[in-house]
Amino acid sequence: MTLRDEPQSASAASPKPGGRDERLREIGLLRQALRRPELGAAAGCLLVLFFFAVFAGDSGLFSARGVVNFLEVSAQLGILAVAVALLMIGGEFDLSLGSMIAFAGVIMAILSTQYGWPIWSCILVAFAAAIMVGYLNGWLVVKTGLPSFIVTLATLFILRGVTLGVTRLITGRTQIPGMKELAAGDWLAPLFSGQFGGGFLAWLADHGIIDKRPDGLPSVQGIPVSILWWIGLTILGTWILLQTRFGNWIFTVGGDPNAARNVGVPVNKVKIRLFILSACAATLFAAIQVLSVGSADTSRGLQKEFEAIIAVVIGGTLLTGGYGSAVGAMFGALIFGIVQMGIFYTGIDTDWFKAFMGAMLLGAVLFNDFTRKKASEAR
Amino acid sequence: MASNDAALIELRDVSKYFGTVIALNGVSFAVRTGEVHCLLGDNGAGKSTLIKILSGVHAPTKGEFLVQGKPVSFASPRDALDAGIATVFQDLATVPLMSVARNFFAGREPVKGWGPLKHLDWDFINRTTREEMARMGIDVRDPGQPVGTLSGGERQSLAIARAVFFGAKVLILDEPTSALGVHQASVVLRLIAKARARGLGVIFITHNVHHAFPVADTITLLNRGRSLGSYAKGEISREKVLEMMAGGKELVDLEAELAAMSQQAV
Repeated sequence: MTLRDEPQSASAASPKPGGRDERLREIGLLRQALRRPELGAAAGCLLVLFFFAVFAGDSGLFSARGVVNFLEVSAQLGILAVAVALLMIGGEFDLSLGSMIAFAGVIMAILSTQYGWPIWSCILVAFAAAIMVGYLNGWLVVKTGLPSFIVTLATLFILRGVTLGVTRLITGRTQIPGMKELAAGDWLAPLFSGQFGGGFLAWLADHGIIDKRPDGLPSVQGIPVSILWWIGLTILGTWILLQTRFGNWIFTVGGDPNAARNVGVPVNKVKIRLFILSACAATLFAAIQVLSVGSADTSRGLQKEFEAIIAVVIGGTLLTGGYGSAVGAMFGALIFGIVQMGIFYTGIDTDWFKAFMGAMLLGAVLFNDFTRKKASEAR
Repeated sequence: MASNDAALIELRDVSKYFGTVIALNGVSFAVRTGEVHCLLGDNGAGKSTLIKILSGVHAPTKGEFLVQGKPVSFASPRDALDAGIATVFQDLATVPLMSVARNFFAGREPVKGWGPLKHLDWDFINRTTREEMARMGIDVRDPGQPVGTLSGGERQSLAIARAVFFGAKVLILDEPTSALGVHQASVVLRLIAKARARGLGVIFITHNVHHAFPVADTITLLNRGRSLGSYAKGEISREKVLEMMAGGKELVDLEAELAAMSQQAV
């Protein structure tokens, strides 16, 4: 950007008419790439893939089975990460995410196994509960002006406690099994628990692209539906951020709430909606887990809020808000899945996984800080 | 000053009390089309309170507020904006990490398409940002570059260009030059002249007499919540203004004191 001043005195160095301003530097490709939030995560993904290709190349991690395994881990986290990315770009945290997963799962399980409600209605009730919890989180944050870190830390414990208390009160236990049979034949359940692409995988196996099991079936007979949700939600999140008014509001609200108010953005409405989105993503995660495993457990979703935040931060979103991307969150979740499954397949003790993720988080934060400075460097 | 029908906005004998504090006491003030009206005063003179009344943040306790001759009472800054009164706050107008184009249209994004396919009209957004910034004398090569890469003066230009584009008739600039260097300040003064040339009424708040004089058509002096009167540019000298402003006398005294000290040193 240059200032087109009025013609100045002859002694002032004036740019040649039609020529380039001497104060404008060529912006290198690297600088332009650094402006994209997801660059670091994409590079990290390649790095992790390369690492395990070298050290675990023949362990089965990159067989069809292994790939589907790590994609499924990534997909479940990725569903949460997209919503958390939008929320964090909007400048807020949701620590109650993990508790919401257990809460939603238990709602579905109690209503279906204890009261005989059809599965589809239980799913809808769980989502209705999520909208209420999300609204409450958002409303509390907006009305009290307290940091969402504290408000949702409170709801983390409240939700977890209520989930435990209610479940034990009604069933006498903390686990509710027996949903597999109830979900069979339900019209809504396959949306959360099914597999797809069986025919395609069989075709791949017939052509020798993926392995066959000794009994002649392909080594993978279906791709979990969670992967579709993951991809779909990432596309939706990207569309919202890059192509809609709401997306621009998210960036403005997270970047500077005062500026947002001054230009007429409905700050409170945007934040409340983002909290609702986050709680709904937790419920989607719960529906997928509960319906594929067939049981609910009050300890489900433990620490998922942190895993989602880590994936989002690795994906280039700033902790302070106003900057980030949904695609970055997808890469963050992918790194998570590859590392978790990679460590498992290489035979390293899985205890080391958390230490590795912590180190990744630290590295990502430092890298993000560097890119942000590069991106907004004053000239 | 004489209130005539051409006044875009006018305050008549406006007072504002906060509890026992009298922030403004019987201030009258008017801005016309194509006029730059400088509001001069030291800290605590009541400038901020006056801006907040004009921009709809506070309602006056007493007195009349007229927009194009009609009495109004604003419930929120949004009302003031809708009436064509745009306030450019010093730092609170742009988001540094967002692109120039996104900032330009923040809160009023143009969309095209229908239903769920409704999306931002990026062609229009980028083209308009470039055109409107060019009209302010700033050549934006890449509307996608973050506002953080702009200088202070360029950010002011963005805020002003945006206000003008969205139909502001009166532009209130709150201390736009106070944080800027000499060159950047002159850029902003030139912007003010450009806005006037486009037929806007400009209220320029400053405590710097040297910034006020080059662009002002009218100068109103505030001191301790009272107006010391409005003067057309030719009616009053810089020295007189400095003297009338609180602190002006102190500066004169300080000068004398320092002169005495340096003489002693010799």
